Amino acid sequence: MTRLSWWPRERETAEWSGGYAPYDLVKELFIAVGVVALLSVLLTVLFSSPDDRPSTVAQWSRGQPVDFIAAAAKELAGTSNTATYGPPYNHNSDGQHAAFLYPQKWLGVSHPINTANDFVIAPLRTVPDNPTLQSAIAQFEAAPEKTKMAWAEAFAKPLEQYEAALEENKAPGKDVSVDPTTGAVTVKASRTGPVPIMMSGLLDLAKSGGLDGSLLTSRQFFQTDYTKPLLFMSDGGLLAQRAEAQHLLGDQWGMMNETGSYPGQTWLWLYTVWYQVEPFKTSENADILVMLVMGVLSLAFICIPFIPGVRSLPRRIPIYRLIWREHYREHQAEA
Amino acid sequence: MSFAPAPKRSWTTRSREIAVGALPPEKLLPDSQPTYVASWIYVFGVASIAALMVIIGSGAILSLKGPAWWHFTGVGHFFNSIHLWSVELFFFFVVIHLWGKYWMAAWRGGRSRVWITGAITFLVAVPAALTGYVSQQNFDAQWIATQAKDGLNSVGVGAFFNVTNFGQMYSYHVLLLPVAVVALVAAHVLLVRKHGVVPPFELDKKVAVAVSTSQAAPPATGVQGESP
Amino acid sequence: MLAAIFNLNHPSHLVHWHFFQMSVANIVVIAVMFVVFALAITLPFPGAARRRGKGS
Repeated sequence: MTRLSWWPRERETAEWSGGYAPYDLVKELFIAVGVVALLSVLLTVLFSSPDDRPSTVAQWSRGQPVDFIAAAAKELAGTSNTATYGPPYNHNSDGQHAAFLYPQKWLGVSHPINTANDFVIAPLRTVPDNPTLQSAIAQFEAAPEKTKMAWAEAFAKPLEQYEAALEENKAPGKDVSVDPTTGAVTVKASRTGPVPIMMSGLLDLAKSGGLDGSLLTSRQFFQTDYTKPLLFMSDGGLLAQRAEAQHLLGDQWGMMNETGSYPGQTWLWLYTVWYQVEPFKTSENADILVMLVMGVLSLAFICIPFIPGVRSLPRRIPIYRLIWREHYREHQAEA
Repeated sequence: MSFAPAPKRSWTTRSREIAVGALPPEKLLPDSQPTYVASWIYVFGVASIAALMVIIGSGAILSLKGPAWWHFTGVGHFFNSIHLWSVELFFFFVVIHLWGKYWMAAWRGGRSRVWITGAITFLVAVPAALTGYVSQQNFDAQWIATQAKDGLNSVGVGAFFNVTNFGQMYSYHVLLLPVAVVALVAAHVLLVRKHGVVPPFELDKKVAVAVSTSQAAPPATGVQGESP
Repeated sequence: MLAAIFNLNHPSHLVHWHFFQMSVANIVVIAVMFVVFALAITLPFPGAARRRGKGS
């Protein structure tokens, strides 16, 4: 097999034919395990570990009923983040892409979610002994698609305006109000059809804890897949609010952080750095672009022995003189 | 003229011969090292392995009682803390080990597979940690899962690796990825034993190789000729 | 619940510098890594006498 003449060759490294000294590898391993175990116990005793309790849909709906109803209305209207996400949840968008690469679309819908049905209508159907609610659902289901969308969007609009005003620290309008005694949310909007009854029913179901259960066990009793409740909650503001308080948001370099003042995932520094700079920072396709960059860099990391320049840097920056100073001292003396 | 057919070799014999040929016992567990192995930087490989063993040990205890245990008992929380801190120590030691090996250009002399297995170990340890973080069943897990899904979905990996599916993530975390990490570490260490620790850079030809009369080179198997 | 000696369950302090933002805990970990690396390559490793002459 001929060697390519232009491929940079490694300067020959001679096999060691010099001296050996006793070195007890097994004892070293035992000592290392003992030391590391002790260090782990010491850090545990000093600092313990964080365990912030998870949010539930029940807590969300009780603590932030307007935010909950706003998210639910968008799920019904098909305008929420999840509803417009695309694969692997639905076909309502192509997802992210980089030039001609559309892997999100190509890998398809493997976890189908119809937000209107899965987050609103199906859970509402499980509510017993409420003919008004069931009749509202039937009326909604029987209507043409365009009418359904129009009803849901008409209901969602004042809620979106309310949330936008709060975000800009302005006084929200009077179209949305929460009854301090009953906790019921009233939305002043016209041409909303049966949507207000459905949303009120969903809020009651959520507050009782029934929605948490319904979202989880819709397919079968035993479940370990929390995709639906997590996606529904992430369409609202509660998780992001808690995250911001703990400096876990993307633009807070949150990927590296842990809740509380604990050290986090420092090894993710290079992954999160890209999200802080252009063009990734404001790109709609930030995730795929960052993943591609990191994919290339990871491959380069594996292939360092073959990359000219990078593989010869250790020779040129002689940190090795410090590491092997005893060897050089001994053998220069002999030479 | 007719030849007698060569005896059929059993797979067992062939496997043994290949294994022992590549790594005779004295090479697999040498009791000496070249004299240039004389720096604290050399302990960070074994420190990483030690941290991995504490991770697996504490993880095994957590899996004895199931994923919810640590939220409700002090002992459970204690072992969860050990698991978390040993993970921090693992990445701490692995990265320092990597820095040392880079500045030693430890891939020299036919050792590129040692570097490659080490790099891949690090890259597999990252999702091993991620699957742990999303299996915590607390707020951190909820947040990390709902964020990480976007990166994974964008490249299509989310179609078959769902970070919001606790059952799947727990399986990857407790079985699949630890097995992958341990297998990679084993391959990495066996390759180091096979090729030996990389010799120092030559400063110049005169000091290239030690041919000192006071330090005789050991036999080919690398055993120091000392009686116990 | 076994209480830790130092309670780290409060929002972290952050270090800001231009666009760079990191929690104090992470900065401490990374700084300690550099220090430990520097110490590892500079501190003398035991057994020099054994390596110099053949220890019997």
